[in-house]
Amino acid sequence: MGKWTRRGFISAGVIAGGGLVVGVAIRPGNRASQLTKHVTDDGETLLHTWVKLDSNNVVTAIVPHSEMGQGAGTALAQMLADELDADWNLVRFEEAPAISEFANHSMAKGMLLAGVDMPDFVVPTVDGVLIRTAQALDLQITGGSLSVRTTGAFGMRVAGAAVKDMLRNAAAEAWQVPVEEVVASNSQMTHKATGQSAPYSAFAAAAATMTPPASPTLKTPDEFKIMGRHVQRHDLPSKVDGSAIFALDVRVPNMLYATVKRAPTFGGDVERIDDTLTRSIKGVVDVVRLPAADVSALLGSFSSTESVAVVADGYWQAKTGMDALNIEWRATDNDAVSSETIYAQFDRDISAAVDRQPDLSEGDVAGAMASAAEVIEADYRVPYLAHTCMEPLNATASVKDGFCEMWIGCQSPLSFRQAVADSLGFEVDNVTLHNCFMGGGFGRKSLPDYAVQAAQLAAKVGRPVQLIWSREEDVQQDFYRPAVHSRFRGALDSAGNLTAWENTYAGKMEPVEAPVIPYTVAAKDIGHVASPTHVPLGAWRSVDHSQHGFFTESFIDEVAAAAGQDAYAYRAARLKHLPRQLAVLTKAATEAQWHKPLAPGRGRGIALQESFGSIVAEVVEVTVDDGNLSVDRVVAVIDAGYAISPDGMKAQIESGIIYGLSAALYGEITIKDGAVAESNFHDYPSVRMSKAPAIETHIINSGEAMGGAGEPGTPPIAPALANAIFNATGNRIRQLPIKNSALNV
Amino acid sequence: MTVITVNGIEQQLEVDPATPLLWVLREQLELTGTKFGCGISQCGACTVHINGVAARSCITPVSAVAGRAISTIEGLAPSPDELHPLQQAWIDEQVPQCGYCQSGQLMSAAALLANNPSPSDADINAAMAGNICRCGMYDRIRKAIKTAAGVQQFEPAAVVADVVKEVTRG
Repeated sequence: MGKWTRRGFISAGVIAGGGLVVGVAIRPGNRASQLTKHVTDDGETLLHTWVKLDSNNVVTAIVPHSEMGQGAGTALAQMLADELDADWNLVRFEEAPAISEFANHSMAKGMLLAGVDMPDFVVPTVDGVLIRTAQALDLQITGGSLSVRTTGAFGMRVAGAAVKDMLRNAAAEAWQVPVEEVVASNSQMTHKATGQSAPYSAFAAAAATMTPPASPTLKTPDEFKIMGRHVQRHDLPSKVDGSAIFALDVRVPNMLYATVKRAPTFGGDVERIDDTLTRSIKGVVDVVRLPAADVSALLGSFSSTESVAVVADGYWQAKTGMDALNIEWRATDNDAVSSETIYAQFDRDISAAVDRQPDLSEGDVAGAMASAAEVIEADYRVPYLAHTCMEPLNATASVKDGFCEMWIGCQSPLSFRQAVADSLGFEVDNVTLHNCFMGGGFGRKSLPDYAVQAAQLAAKVGRPVQLIWSREEDVQQDFYRPAVHSRFRGALDSAGNLTAWENTYAGKMEPVEAPVIPYTVAAKDIGHVASPTHVPLGAWRSVDHSQHGFFTESFIDEVAAAAGQDAYAYRAARLKHLPRQLAVLTKAATEAQWHKPLAPGRGRGIALQESFGSIVAEVVEVTVDDGNLSVDRVVAVIDAGYAISPDGMKAQIESGIIYGLSAALYGEITIKDGAVAESNFHDYPSVRMSKAPAIETHIINSGEAMGGAGEPGTPPIAPALANAIFNATGNRIRQLPIKNSALNV
Repeated sequence: MTVITVNGIEQQLEVDPATPLLWVLREQLELTGTKFGCGISQCGACTVHINGVAARSCITPVSAVAGRAISTIEGLAPSPDELHPLQQAWIDEQVPQCGYCQSGQLMSAAALLANNPSPSDADINAAMAGNICRCGMYDRIRKAIKTAAGVQQFEPAAVVADVVKEVTRG
């Protein structure tokens, strides 16, 4: 039976119950050596990959996701603690180190793909959910709004229930009483009849020798004590007194500081450097050229290009040295590319429709267009966007005697570790990566270019180096949210019914369903054309949903307006086949008092978008006074199946809304001479306090499969805002950002 | 040599006098609670108090603060066992997400309340205008400032006593 022990297969039995795919047990007696060292003292017993119970009765959830602000750790710990019936005050969480024992794909892949005999009961679980979960977790990726709905739903809860089961059995054995009479509650075992009581930790060692249960029974929602309740995030006290350690705060003995610069025109490299002035600056230690790193496997079609680094005693000296460098960049084929030429290319390629790839095709669109009472057409466009995480990219590396140690904040520790190992020519086991709190991620910190630069620098200078990107480098060397141009035609019959929906756009990433509308239309034809540019692209909060949410929810608004019908009612009438969507949309309208008349100059807009398994509707209220736009209020409704941590979910929705609002109002990366024209927060602005609307979030617990929370708040905000502006002024916003319109933002 | 006072402690520094205070705090004094966000006074992550006034340490040369009283996030709490009312309000309202900007947000808010114990929305907008939060927690920051302002407002014992009397009479 392959490399798995019998005990391993019993653990695998939990897979059949829905859990072991992510809930890989560390089998007592077969403890992986790399995990043993994380059991820091003799009083601790590692019961399970995700559960550590120490002699003080403290339960630690070991979370295979990075904390970038989303609070996933707290929600995951809630799931574990509830099933374990632990005292919430005795529950901690820590991020799993970047070693493969904490990743689950290897086990799943081993079972699914390698020549391992698979027990029969595992076979039926080999479905999309398992593969998706395993893939996400193997890479310890934090993204796709996956943490709670995969690790939590399939891993933490099962782990908690299994551990409680083992502890109860151990208590029953110790007290020589029937296990059914042992009550586990608040981290204490109690046997009422004999009056015995002891903390969980008293049974940890005995439980560790036991066989984990094949399929522990999970609680039903009416039994939840911690899930679904408001709990305070554990990480916040350290975030209000300055003691939280972000990667930028790491201090390693004897370390130097560095900053980097790559060719402004993507893909360019160095022709010549004059570093005389730089080297004369006090504190500057070295000027180093770093070759292009071959990380194309991780970065898709865009490889990291050559960079120049200045190493110094401090960041300020390094930055001053960088500003004094005289670098001549080699000319490239893209030196004349601009946003204008890119948009012209998109327009041309959409019109030519060469190799148009269908996303969805249903019914007779051509026929419906030919017999329509009215055909409306519109073109929409959004620009490239940078991520601008508050914490600029940085990494601290020490490379010595064939080993690399790195401190970083990243969304994908295992793939970063691999990229660093590859760039140094090391075995991956010789790279240790400490993942710190991230000052924002939003997708940017899933790509390892900055980790590779830091590792190469440390190797070259022979001392630990903290590499810090300037904000200018961060804005100008991002992996950008794609610019997209989207063209629509809608056919209406004489009663205003939508009979055909045609949509062609340039600039596709993922997921495939992003441009698919939920509304009933007899004929739909949605497709895209490839129109590649030299601008490097990456995942940006909600990926393609942020662009297509704006396009499709604006155009359906145009259709409703052309039909002379109410924007909410028109949508609702076409959602009868999707009761969850209808319920979310209707609750948003109700909570926002959709039908209550507004004063002149004010307007309301609505939008609905499903993404990452969650359905979100938002209603925006605006005031337009003498051309000045004010976003007054946002009402949001989310159905993510079940909210484990309701306040955490609300915070995520608020965050997604403001992130999307910054993009809608101001966000624009402009390409000029093949390079990014913007450089810092003065020309790539964010929403600030005075522009932040009041946000009211409502949660629907439908009980359906859990969806994500980190991203789904973002897509509806731009269209709801644009639709509100139309409602207030009669002017339709078809291009973002709104700062480029006639309105003052 | 440059002499500065940080959180009540005098520090003697051998640094280039043009070095921004931010990097002296972070690298020489290892007070890493004050953050780097933009380097050009646009985001407020580096906010500290200089003689009680909120200032951006990323553009303030250390030579400009010689002899002045500097306080950082590490010095905001009145004692090691006690939180500043704003820090408590930040926890009560669950303000931080990633938390990176919050040192700066708290320092700007603390300077506001020190001079204006009951700020209006417009006062809050003005005082917090220099601080960006990319996680977008502005609504919670506003609520937390008001919560803390409420605490400060009713702190004086005389006021509390009057309220008690009112309640007793009622």
